[in-house]
Amino acid sequence: MAWPDAIYAQFRRVGIRQVGYVPDAGHSRLIELCVADPNIHDVVLTTEEEGVALVAGAALGGQRAALLMQSSGVGNCINMFSLTKNCGFPCLILVTMRGEFAEFNPWQVAMGSITEASLKLAGFLTYRIEAADDVDDVVGAACDMALAGNLMIAVLLSQRLIGRKVWTK
Amino acid sequence: MLDRRAFVKSLLADRGGLAVVCGLGTPTYDAAACGDHPLNFYLWGAMGGAAMIGLGLALAQPNRRVLVLTGDGEALMGLGSLATIGVKQPKNLVVVVLDNQHYAETGMQPSHTRFGIDLVAVAKACRFADALHVSELSDADRIRDLAQRGRGPILVQALIASDDAPRVLPTRDGHAIKTRFMAALGAAAGSG
Repeated sequence: MAWPDAIYAQFRRVGIRQVGYVPDAGHSRLIELCVADPNIHDVVLTTEEEGVALVAGAALGGQRAALLMQSSGVGNCINMFSLTKNCGFPCLILVTMRGEFAEFNPWQVAMGSITEASLKLAGFLTYRIEAADDVDDVVGAACDMALAGNLMIAVLLSQRLIGRKVWTK
Repeated sequence: MLDRRAFVKSLLADRGGLAVVCGLGTPTYDAAACGDHPLNFYLWGAMGGAAMIGLGLALAQPNRRVLVLTGDGEALMGLGSLATIGVKQPKNLVVVVLDNQHYAETGMQPSHTRFGIDLVAVAKACRFADALHVSELSDADRIRDLAQRGRGPILVQALIASDDAPRVLPTRDGHAIKTRFMAALGAAAGSG
């Protein structure tokens, strides 16, 4: 099973009903799967911090939610994480990493190199995945811990896992 | 111009199962001044997030009415969320912006609405089902009816006087606010 499909299968297993995202190449397959699922409200965001507020509202209303974003998007969220931290809302984020392995664009490095540290400072537990074979197990564990324990957990999908960005034009 | 306390009191009268997300600062105090309620989700921070909390809640509880009661500064910080709400078209979501055209919490600096930036026009451009200005207390009954029955998403920009009302402070304990709100929602499930 391709790794995005493994994440989607975990979303189905734990009953994710809302998925917020800013369009992202690394998450494109997972976004397609979520959009096609009638049991999931797919919410396209103008900026990632909207998603943090979205998952808080979903939790208030009794639905499980997840966020998909790129490492640059983590920087857009920092103050909004005070909402999930102060109220003890679950916050499950799947982060596709940029600015590390074989990065073409140096502008991605500034945020990519501080993404994990920023998440930890904001109160997240972070799990980093380098190999596709680990996705199912780690994402499953992250889903269970975040959603059953009202914790803030980010899974960092390394740029090596996602693959080099191919510039075709 | 509206007296904010009188307007909010009328808006929240006979609220039934209405869930209310209160933007930080004066809207939170206004809601608390009407009487503490377990279905008030008071914000003390997370500026710019109130409308999106409302969206997540409205999607999760499609049979319940959800009111976001916020200020002009808070709404301006989350302007993009109006576009996101416009995409999802939640029929049960109403956003009421208490617009005093100033940042009351920080020393009454003028906000963008003071310079004519029109949140109703933004909401219409974002495909809200309805968006309107109100400035008279005689409009309050109509806005309460919209909040309880109107087809959302709706945005109301309520022009309020900028004089200071006494602060009525609800608890700042986020866990307590959340837990109480969720318990009330569960207890009242299906009634909203």
